[in-house]
Amino acid sequence: MKQATISSRLIHSPEFRLAIIALAVFVLMSVLSPDRFLSSQNLTSMAFQFPEFAILALAVMLTMMTGGIDLSVVGVANLSAVVAATILTQYAGPDMSVGVAMKWYLIAFAAALLVGALAGLANGALVAYFGLPPILATLGSGLVFTGLAIAMTGGSAVMGFPDIVAWLGNGKLIGVPVPLIVFVLLAIGLHILLTKTGFGLRVTMYGANPLAAMFAAINVTALILRVYVIAGMFSSVAGMIIMSRANSAKADYGSSYLLLAVLISVLGGVNPYGGYGRAIGIVLAVLSMQFLSSGLNMLQISNFARELIWGGLLIFVLLINTIDWASLGQGRKNSNKSG
Amino acid sequence: MASANPHAFIDMKGITKRYAGVTALDGVDFSVNAGEAVCLVGENGSGKSTLIKILSGVEQPTDGEIFINGEQRFNLDPRASSAAGVMVIFQDFSLFPNLSVAENIAFSTQLSKQNTLFKKRNARDLARSVLQRIGVDIPLDTRVESLPVAHKQLVAICRALACEARLIIMDEPTTALTELEVHSLLEIIRRLKQDGVAVVFVSHKLAEVLEVSEKVFILRNGKNVVEGPATDFDAASLTRHMTGRDLPQVTVSAISETSQTLLHVKDLTKAGVFEDINFELRAGEILGITGLLGSGRTPLAKALFGLTKPDSGRITMDAKVIPLGDPLASATARIGYVPEDRLTEGLFLTQSIIRNVAVGRLTAHERYGFLNMKSLNAEADIWLNRLKVKAPDIEAPVQSLSGGNQQRVALARWLARAPRVLVLNGPSVGVDVGSKADIHNIIRELAASGIGVIVISDDLPELLATCHRILVMRNGKITDEIKGASISEEELAHRLAS
Amino acid sequence: MTRIIKLFPKGFFTSNETLVAVVIIAFCAIATLSDPLFFSVTTVSDLLRASIVLGIFAIGAMLVLVSGGIDVSFTAVAVSAMYMTTVFSLGFWPDMPWYLIFTISIFLGACLGAINGVLIALFGLPTLIVTLGTLSVFRGFLLTFVGSERISALPPEMRGFSRMVIARGTTEGGSFYSLPWAVAALVFVVVLTWFILQKTVLGRSIFAIGGSLESARRVGINVRAVQFFVYVYVGALAGLAGIIHASMGRMADPFSLVGLELSVIAAVVLGGARLIGGYGTLTGTLLGVALIILVQNSLIVVGIPSTWQSVTIGMLILVGTGIPAYQAKRAAAKAA
Repeated sequence: MKQATISSRLIHSPEFRLAIIALAVFVLMSVLSPDRFLSSQNLTSMAFQFPEFAILALAVMLTMMTGGIDLSVVGVANLSAVVAATILTQYAGPDMSVGVAMKWYLIAFAAALLVGALAGLANGALVAYFGLPPILATLGSGLVFTGLAIAMTGGSAVMGFPDIVAWLGNGKLIGVPVPLIVFVLLAIGLHILLTKTGFGLRVTMYGANPLAAMFAAINVTALILRVYVIAGMFSSVAGMIIMSRANSAKADYGSSYLLLAVLISVLGGVNPYGGYGRAIGIVLAVLSMQFLSSGLNMLQISNFARELIWGGLLIFVLLINTIDWASLGQGRKNSNKSG
Repeated sequence: MASANPHAFIDMKGITKRYAGVTALDGVDFSVNAGEAVCLVGENGSGKSTLIKILSGVEQPTDGEIFINGEQRFNLDPRASSAAGVMVIFQDFSLFPNLSVAENIAFSTQLSKQNTLFKKRNARDLARSVLQRIGVDIPLDTRVESLPVAHKQLVAICRALACEARLIIMDEPTTALTELEVHSLLEIIRRLKQDGVAVVFVSHKLAEVLEVSEKVFILRNGKNVVEGPATDFDAASLTRHMTGRDLPQVTVSAISETSQTLLHVKDLTKAGVFEDINFELRAGEILGITGLLGSGRTPLAKALFGLTKPDSGRITMDAKVIPLGDPLASATARIGYVPEDRLTEGLFLTQSIIRNVAVGRLTAHERYGFLNMKSLNAEADIWLNRLKVKAPDIEAPVQSLSGGNQQRVALARWLARAPRVLVLNGPSVGVDVGSKADIHNIIRELAASGIGVIVISDDLPELLATCHRILVMRNGKITDEIKGASISEEELAHRLAS
Repeated sequence: MTRIIKLFPKGFFTSNETLVAVVIIAFCAIATLSDPLFFSVTTVSDLLRASIVLGIFAIGAMLVLVSGGIDVSFTAVAVSAMYMTTVFSLGFWPDMPWYLIFTISIFLGACLGAINGVLIALFGLPTLIVTLGTLSVFRGFLLTFVGSERISALPPEMRGFSRMVIARGTTEGGSFYSLPWAVAALVFVVVLTWFILQKTVLGRSIFAIGGSLESARRVGINVRAVQFFVYVYVGALAGLAGIIHASMGRMADPFSLVGLELSVIAAVVLGGARLIGGYGTLTGTLLGVALIILVQNSLIVVGIPSTWQSVTIGMLILVGTGIPAYQAKRAAAKAA
């Protein structure tokens, strides 16, 4: 009995559905273009491509679990990268010894994380202290962060880094792309945070009912602040990877990533109204997206078609989830019974 | 009851409703004459809301006959039902907070005329005349969101009247109202009856509507149990029929002579809300605080738990001052608060039962931020058992439970924290009569174990049945202190309202 | 009017409309002080020109917010409708009269809006996420299947439209000004939307749905039909704004417009529309548009370098929505 409910819960979970979609896309692409899609070259290049927006998706997901959203992730990523890049170009040139460059790189990285944390703190304060709806708070702050990056750079790219900057985005560790390792570590970290810690359970409960969380003596303000600070710092990491891969920092890099990050979160089964979300869902959603877009690349389909297919996939998944809940099977029976 | 009753406006015969094997209604008869007030009472799940849904056309009966005005109706849908003059006022009133009083009252009328243009002047005229009809004066241009609850209800009644209601069904009409407001509502009901409008009260809160009602129908487990003239019933007999058992008359046991003062509230003031609140609470004591809506009882309750911040005054526990306006500090001082509105404030409806209890004890089972899930859940389970929560699966969402069991879950969360003072705001609101008695027992047991309990309620029998002492609030001040069991319900009601 | 002020004295003086109006006046005052030429017919006509497209978008976005939703796809609708219309016209009937071109664009916009309408009204999907999705679907479809090249050889009638002016002339100072007929389109949209919102049952139903969806259902409002109308109407407005944008700029650029949606929503929200639905006014929306346009075009005049434009708009959103939000929070704490 108990066993049955667990397995039926598994089958009905959005993650299970997503795993099937990811698998289906993978198989489809492998069949359509077996030589190229399954080539190690393609698989590696995929592993380099997705971590930057996948990490942003993790940030968005965490805020979405509280019933909020972070529309400023790209702004934070770019601002962090611009700050780090400014430090690097100011104090470390391309022709510096590795040791010294390393020192400055770590300082720049720390500065980027600090920027992310501060930006997150600002978002959290706007939501928790001033009572702004998260959409508006992060819409406005996102403009401010991007704007600060523009004001700092005059809108042009900052470049001319020491070589070690390239490692984070382009390097390999025991044959595995470094950005992939970073993403996996962050995803595992977020999974542990959400499922094993008091913080994670509080986030889930707050997302389910913010008012009840307050009445249950949860420190709501501190919780929200921490959520947005973590989201901000995740965004900084993504910013550093973007900077490394582009070998430069600019205020308007990755402008399509916001859509992508929100899309992946929803695709990953996170409830946009809060209270439900799993890191594994994000991983599966990212994989489906990447398989799809890279497969489409193989098939010589234009970049614009990718946008079309991403959007279509998002709506498709939304439709599947909604139809399943509202009008089929148990949903209807339950709603009748409550009468 | 064989042939159609010629006088009945509504006559339902042998109504049966089955949902996928579950029988919600089983051959129920129900009738309402024009200009008559009828009480439809039953515990949660007795089938009364299903009956209302069938009458308003939202659901179709599996079997049975419906006559409206002596004419048999088949396949009644919401439109046909409201065209026949059957109007339902739901518990939440279903108003538009952002629209004006006039628009709210006239909206359905304008819709049903299939107008393209919204006739503002007609809307105002209609609203004015309907308000006059029930003898109430509410500014037509006020946005409904800024009205007090009782006025919102009146607007809802007016909207039904504006649609030429012949029968108004009111779902739990008195839950949100104070005794005084109930009295003025009853006045309005009398006027409506004189106009030939019939009223059905759907309720499990008893007694107060009996005086304007002609007939009482009691449902239990989807069947008619009793029906008869209202004069044949009183609170006790209603309860007996609803639950199928008698509620024992209990007396509160005395507090131990040696018990210490736990909580000391001194000169607590919040401008315009409450002022100069002074009282003490001893260990093992059950203190009732009552008053009309707006008397300051709920803000005071929240202030005791730090959810609102008083301007001045002091709350001390064991001579230690508790910072004002800080729920975390209050929780640390081992004060617990079970809110009035379980669904929006008390519970995480979509989350599991066990989590709803466990969430109160996260800190205790947390090491370096990591939770010990096993001990956390084990402890929560103990409390669920101790409070006899009937749940087939503790991993199921808490919203799958009945009102009484939900309230126990909310209580369990706080009891797990071993509180020394427990503030219960409306502990049995929306709970069926059977569970209510159980909850009162739990409250008495808690006090007997040495917890100081504050019960905030306007349910006077509840206060009389549980409290050692009752404080009466009026306009933000404590105006009366009454020793429990020394006073009748009527007398208490009088002191509340005068 | 006086009665309303009496009823809501606090509401009036802290309302977003008043706040935004004060900021606009202050902005203009400082601008005039630092550059006396600022306050001129030329500036006004320039700003008015600039606010036509943004204004039409904003009115649509406001309508969606009032109904309790949010739409970010309207820029993609606009650019798709505009570009497809241009391509169609060039391919089949280059000399098509301008009003027919406009009608086709509006119709195409309405059709794309109807797709949003079906997804939201019929399937009840969350509006932000659906429209984020359709944003990329519409644009992706346009760029993949219709074309991705800028067209500067527009149908002659479209170019003709941009030359149609209500008034033009030269000021005494020698600067040139003109007031195009396109402004009339904005006026028309304002009047039409005012009429729908205030005078029709449909318009009041939009407010009602935004105020309480559940109540609207119970009262018997056809919620799906009203929501569907809202998204179709917004689509139609977007089609109009798109074709005006192309005509006035004398170029059909499939990469334009998308990206504007956040500025538009910023304008609407500054004007006092609330994300929870049920609240929003035309006056507020137009004031919000005016402020955004001022910041986008004349920031330099008040001494702020134009690289700070994003920061300024962002701060305006945060302050403009933060103050009322904070006040509401304080008031709630006080009342409890």
